[in-house]
Amino acid sequence: MEVLVETRNLETHFPILKGVLRRPAGAVRAVDGINLTIGKGQWMGLVGESGCGKTTLGKTLLRLLSPTSGHIYFDVPNETKDEMDLLEESAANPTKLQALRRRYDLATYPSKQLKAIRRRMQLVHQDPYTSLNPRMRIKDIVAEPLAIHKLMPRKQIRDRVTEILQMVGLTDQHLRRYPHEFSGGQRQRIAIARALATNPDFIVFDEPTSALDVSVQAQILNLLGQLKRNQELTYLYITHNLTVAESVCDSIAVMYVGKIVEIGTPIELFHSPKHPYSQALVLSTPIPDPKRKRGRVVLPGEVPSPTNPPPGCRFHPRCSRTTEECERLEPELRQSGNTSWVACWHPLS
Amino acid sequence: MNELLIIRNLTVKFYTYDGVVQALDNLDLDIKQEETFGLVGETGCGKTLTALSILRLISPPGRIESGSICFNIDDGDEPIDLLAIGEEEIRAIRGSKISMIFQEPSSALNPVYTIGDQVSEVILLHRRQELVNKAIETITALLAGRNSLVNILANPMRLAERSLYQKIAQNPHSLWPRIVGRIPIMRRLLQRLKDEAKKMAISMLKEVEIPDSERVAQQYPHQLSGGMEQRAVIAMALACSPSFLIADEPTTSLDVTIQDQILELLRRLKSERESSVLYITHDLGVAAQICDRIGVMYAGSLCEIARVDDLYANPLHPYTKALLAAVPKPGEEPHAIGGTVPDPLNLPSGCRFHPRCSRAIGMCREHVPPMHELASGHFIACHNYQGETGGSSC
Repeated sequence: MEVLVETRNLETHFPILKGVLRRPAGAVRAVDGINLTIGKGQWMGLVGESGCGKTTLGKTLLRLLSPTSGHIYFDVPNETKDEMDLLEESAANPTKLQALRRRYDLATYPSKQLKAIRRRMQLVHQDPYTSLNPRMRIKDIVAEPLAIHKLMPRKQIRDRVTEILQMVGLTDQHLRRYPHEFSGGQRQRIAIARALATNPDFIVFDEPTSALDVSVQAQILNLLGQLKRNQELTYLYITHNLTVAESVCDSIAVMYVGKIVEIGTPIELFHSPKHPYSQALVLSTPIPDPKRKRGRVVLPGEVPSPTNPPPGCRFHPRCSRTTEECERLEPELRQSGNTSWVACWHPLS
Repeated sequence: MNELLIIRNLTVKFYTYDGVVQALDNLDLDIKQEETFGLVGETGCGKTLTALSILRLISPPGRIESGSICFNIDDGDEPIDLLAIGEEEIRAIRGSKISMIFQEPSSALNPVYTIGDQVSEVILLHRRQELVNKAIETITALLAGRNSLVNILANPMRLAERSLYQKIAQNPHSLWPRIVGRIPIMRRLLQRLKDEAKKMAISMLKEVEIPDSERVAQQYPHQLSGGMEQRAVIAMALACSPSFLIADEPTTSLDVTIQDQILELLRRLKSERESSVLYITHDLGVAAQICDRIGVMYAGSLCEIARVDDLYANPLHPYTKALLAAVPKPGEEPHAIGGTVPDPLNLPSGCRFHPRCSRAIGMCREHVPPMHELASGHFIACHNYQGETGGSSC
């Protein structure tokens, strides 16, 4: 499978400033060492509880937030990545390494280069009530990315806007309206149209349906599936709703306090979760069928603060399988099957 | 099983500048004793409004136009119509016999009072008699204590205090203790009442599984996590052992693992206290796990009521079918419902679902389908099933 987006040891920390001198007194380690690979045409789900760093990871991938350390590769051939790794290991030619990094590593891109690549990656926000400017007409909202990237002369923009709106199921008569005239589902369609305007390759969806009803959610999910097939898109779908992730994603990554603890296909993750945390998440998801009851795993305690995560495995204070090893050493994300990875010293079989 | 609450022909209208919105239209609903009744439906279909009408909390421009809500306070007694009684009487019922858990715990709690204060407020208001008796007991115990110097000095004060409480006990809701409580020197005498309420509040917090409840009682809402806040709200709602609890999407803003804990807690408390619950949710998964019976609402009216197994295995109303099909399932695309929810100012005539219904017939456009019992305990309002079984009308 061809890789589109890859991160290596990606970290995004937010400093906590204290005192009159605003000295850093610690950091919120929102994203703390993420290795994630998203293949071309893949629909990758990212699930986890609130505050685990899902949105921060999504925004860092798009460089809307600058990472503290680590690398982000967007559509970089594997050979180039290997070359950079080799150079870094040998430390033979730092100038060449730096030049390569500036060229290929999104984490170190200067702003001019960023603008060019942002045409190819877009974001759809969670709440369609706040992500659309209430003082702009729909045609201007959807045309804005085209104007910013100077993709086409003004005369063609109108036709392109109509075309995109048709793709998301809106018509000509909506062009001159304002966002407040639309329902939640329609607004989310407009937000999706805006993301599609520049013909991107990669779209990050940050909980696009959590503010919508199930029937409207079904419409949006169908639309996303259809667009992905027709436009050859790659998605990162951030959600806390495991049922949605299970039904639409090709692969799901589970996050816990800034780390990915497990990656797998929906079938693997839901039928044989390997990490105790994913198991607890899966078991506590209610099934819309009164006859089927899942077993119960009660997690003691609360989610630790990302300012001061526990040493070793971050899940060990709440885990029932903790050993001494878990308290000392942090488990790496290791391959546990063809399409699955897990970060646990004692994975469930 | 007896009915605890009987709603008949409940109609609620909102008089807005744009026109009259018929938010609830001739709603009929029965809730039995010791059952969990689920109310599901999409945003704006009138679920929360039904709950608010039961407590008579609808504020202008909304108005309850007609109907009756009969509530069976104690077994055997004549049921009272909540819509016919006076304001004083409904205030005595709110929070003590019927209480409500709101959707967003962070906005349901007052940010400037501690959790302990907020839970004890309910107790001070509705369980005064009990509090006064407890206070008298405590003072008697103190008076019977060892004859130390401290006791000898304090006893006259305590005797006065006890006689004061005994006077209050004769009529705990009379006005004068409240007036006395305003006088700075006398306020001290009524402190014991508040202390007792605090103690009860802490035991209530323990019951909803809040760890370290003495400390939590001293804390302010912003110091707690969402799950703990919701537990505190549940403690407030259950402080007076209500016979009927309304839970309005209590877990919507919580994570799944916390949601699971809260649902388990509600389930346990409900069976321990033998109360009924009206559980409002839009999550069909949650409804399947907690409810005994479910009513499906669409645009201000109920379209199907059935036992939970029956509803999920054999949904009959086209809207229920569509709603269940829209829930994402692994391996298949969710089926969207065509069209949009109707504008409440401009509702379609006849059956409100007919413009989006795949089985609409000519009659649907003109006549509102009446609710009738198709099979035992399975009620439906749809013209398609009108002739099939003539059960008694709901």
